[in-house]
Amino acid sequence: MSTSRRAAIVGGNRIPFARSNGRYAHASNQDMLTAAIDGLVARFGLQDERLGEVSAGAVLKHSRDFNLTRESVLGSRLAPTTPAYDVQQACGTGLETAILVANKIALGQIESGVAGGVDTTSDAPIAVNEDLREVLLDLNRAKTLSGRLKALGGLRPGQLVPSIPQNSEPRTGLSMGEHQAVTTREWGITREAQDELAAASHRNLAAAYDRGFFDDLLTPFLGLTRDQNLRPDSTAEKLAKLSPVFGTREDGATMTAGNSTPLTDGASTVLLASDEWAAQRNLPVLAHLVDAETGAVDYVHGDRRTDGLLMAPIYALPRLLARNKLRLQDFDFYEIHEAFASTVLTTLAAWEDDAFCTQYLGLDGALGSIDRSKLNVNGSSLAAGHPFAATGGRIVGTLAKLLHENGGGRGLISICAAGGQGVVAILEK
Amino acid sequence: MSDKYLNLVNSPIGAKVAATIGLPRPVVLRRFTAGQPIVPGPVLLGSTSGEVPTALTKIVNGAGAEAVTEPQEGARWGALILDARSVAAPADLATLRAFLTPRLRSLAPSGRVIVLARAANGADVTVDATRQALDGIVRSLAKELQRGATANLLWVEDEASLESAIRFFLSGRSAYVDGQPVLLGPGTAPAPEDWEQPLAGKTALVTGAARGIGAAIAGVLARDGAHVIAADLPAAGEILAKVANKINGTTLHLDVASPEAPAKLLAHLAEHTGGLDILIHNAGITRDKLLANMKPEQWDSVLAVNLESQLRINAALLDSDQLRDQARVVSLSSTTGFAGNRGQTNYGATKAGVIGLVRSSAAAFTRHGDSTINAIAPGFIDTEMTSKMPLATREVARRMSSLQQAGLPIDVAEVVSWLASPGAGGINGQVLRVCGQNLVGA
Repeated sequence: MSTSRRAAIVGGNRIPFARSNGRYAHASNQDMLTAAIDGLVARFGLQDERLGEVSAGAVLKHSRDFNLTRESVLGSRLAPTTPAYDVQQACGTGLETAILVANKIALGQIESGVAGGVDTTSDAPIAVNEDLREVLLDLNRAKTLSGRLKALGGLRPGQLVPSIPQNSEPRTGLSMGEHQAVTTREWGITREAQDELAAASHRNLAAAYDRGFFDDLLTPFLGLTRDQNLRPDSTAEKLAKLSPVFGTREDGATMTAGNSTPLTDGASTVLLASDEWAAQRNLPVLAHLVDAETGAVDYVHGDRRTDGLLMAPIYALPRLLARNKLRLQDFDFYEIHEAFASTVLTTLAAWEDDAFCTQYLGLDGALGSIDRSKLNVNGSSLAAGHPFAATGGRIVGTLAKLLHENGGGRGLISICAAGGQGVVAILEK
Repeated sequence: MSDKYLNLVNSPIGAKVAATIGLPRPVVLRRFTAGQPIVPGPVLLGSTSGEVPTALTKIVNGAGAEAVTEPQEGARWGALILDARSVAAPADLATLRAFLTPRLRSLAPSGRVIVLARAANGADVTVDATRQALDGIVRSLAKELQRGATANLLWVEDEASLESAIRFFLSGRSAYVDGQPVLLGPGTAPAPEDWEQPLAGKTALVTGAARGIGAAIAGVLARDGAHVIAADLPAAGEILAKVANKINGTTLHLDVASPEAPAKLLAHLAEHTGGLDILIHNAGITRDKLLANMKPEQWDSVLAVNLESQLRINAALLDSDQLRDQARVVSLSSTTGFAGNRGQTNYGATKAGVIGLVRSSAAAFTRHGDSTINAIAPGFIDTEMTSKMPLATREVARRMSSLQQAGLPIDVAEVVSWLASPGAGGINGQVLRVCGQNLVGA
């Protein structure tokens, strides 16, 4: 069978995002993903339905959760005959799963599917210390008593310190914030611009909640009804009082806890389908996933200014635009994931930079600037929080509904990810 | 919460003690169970005219019960149905006494007495007085019946809904409706294809569906075949999803009191359904205060949620293309709407207001493709809310009805589902109490 059609986004459901060690401190990835799926099932009446597939993932995942998504499906009200698989592409996971499901729908391989993601920084997996792990494995391999005693002789008190997962790049040892601090400095992104963007994120998200925008995108969980990180009264003036936390080894550090996303727990899901499948069930089509592109940069060996860890979407977008014969300005909404306020500002600055676009993106000139009033209009990760793999689903659901409310239009999604990767996608109504 | 007293007096020792010292002895009521006989014994039919209409016999037999017109010795009657439509003078009422008196002691536990009558119409004072007398007989008899048996009166103006009403009152669905009159008028009231699934193919929306009576209504409507949209406040979404997932329904996060609610509701119906068949206005709040201490926000919020939302949503639906023909609307009133309650001037206003609402809008709903709108007024129902009452108050309130117990959310839900069914099309603009014949507001 060979067809090509656009996959429809029917709707989304997520649980409110909680601050690390907050309301979901004792909820596992599986608990949260199952709750998000069950809320989606309830919203669209999918009980006992066999979907084409469920694709989701988590960035921080315990080894026992090797089949996290399938286990969540089995615990949900979906038919147990719905297949599922895990994806891990750091913060790009949620958007990547939507692309995977949409592609299968576009090819006619499946009629419906759920894409999603979940992460907990509270209920994070803790592994034994690497030295201890080696001793224990040696012990396990030893066949004789003397061999076992010898292995045990390798035990040292220091090995009792557990290995806690860290938000740092294995190849550089730098945290994501430290990487972005370098990029921020290289591109001269000001503290004021970052705080202004962060304040706007809180303001926009609060307004969206107040007008009921999330009423059909969210299902409360464990008593939490709104994103715990949201501060409706946040202003650039208040944010200006915070001390920098990244890039502080040099003077003039600008990145604070207020203009960086906090560690967060949460889960999100999106229901995708063919138009026919949705019509048969009296379900709406909010928007279609048109196309997507993934990119990567060599942040390990590359240039400090042009190959920053979170700059991959900058490189991915021109390829996506060219393929779809679009200009950067041909969009009604822009959803640029706010890993840090300065990530968004760097991305925009790079696309506005003639020399950069010519030299590094192979263009004739700058992609140009965007109408900032179309950017993250209902808030983004700075206000909502950012449970790594759950962010893509949050953004896809939000943008699809925005386009639907707007009665049509086109939206762009840009998400940066650890490992120097980035995912961009186009939705259309 | 469980009724510990009821459980106690239904235990071997508890029953003996209660009987010896003359305590109230509530029984476990017969409630609807799929596949069970509709009534626990043969149904004796009688008529004040001396002739039992064959239509009535057909209805009872059609319901799977055994209709009997010649009383047998030693029978244990599941129900006694008397057609008293012919009474015209007080002396005629003696036939009613003659039919009932010898048989009341052989009525089965949770048996039924159903009296068919004509309503007074102002044509003749003697006839009217006699007809109205039936109301007094049935209400008094309901207080005398024991062991969960009930007596109810049908004012039969038109027979469109007679079959549906007889089936309802015979069955366990009417467990907590006692001593009540119901007016059966004209209307479109088709028999369902399957009486076990009377709501098959219907789309229903229940507001306030996350908990208590609302969740029970959603469950019974789904059991009876409807696709249920369970609506409640966004903040109640977690538990609402569980309700919907249990009954294969869907959720709608909606604050019925918000200005945008009617538009949001219509948009949802347009996008997710082929139109609405059944709407249950169940969402309600209490903000109890003596009127002397009542704050504006306590007054306003109760009025907005319990009454104004219903007015606005009904108007929007009638004005749209989202309400299908032969639609059914059921609004939750309360016995407080009849009787009033100390500390509830705001709540009482809304519950009486709902009664005015359904009476006044009956004609408009008839014009909308023979649709109907009715209210039900629950009495004391055991819910999360009543479990917080002081023990003594709760115990007294529970025993104040003829059935000597509180109702359960399912009892209210059964009545809602009946009024929402196609066969109930002849019932419009009525208020039916589901209170076990509570003394309050009787």
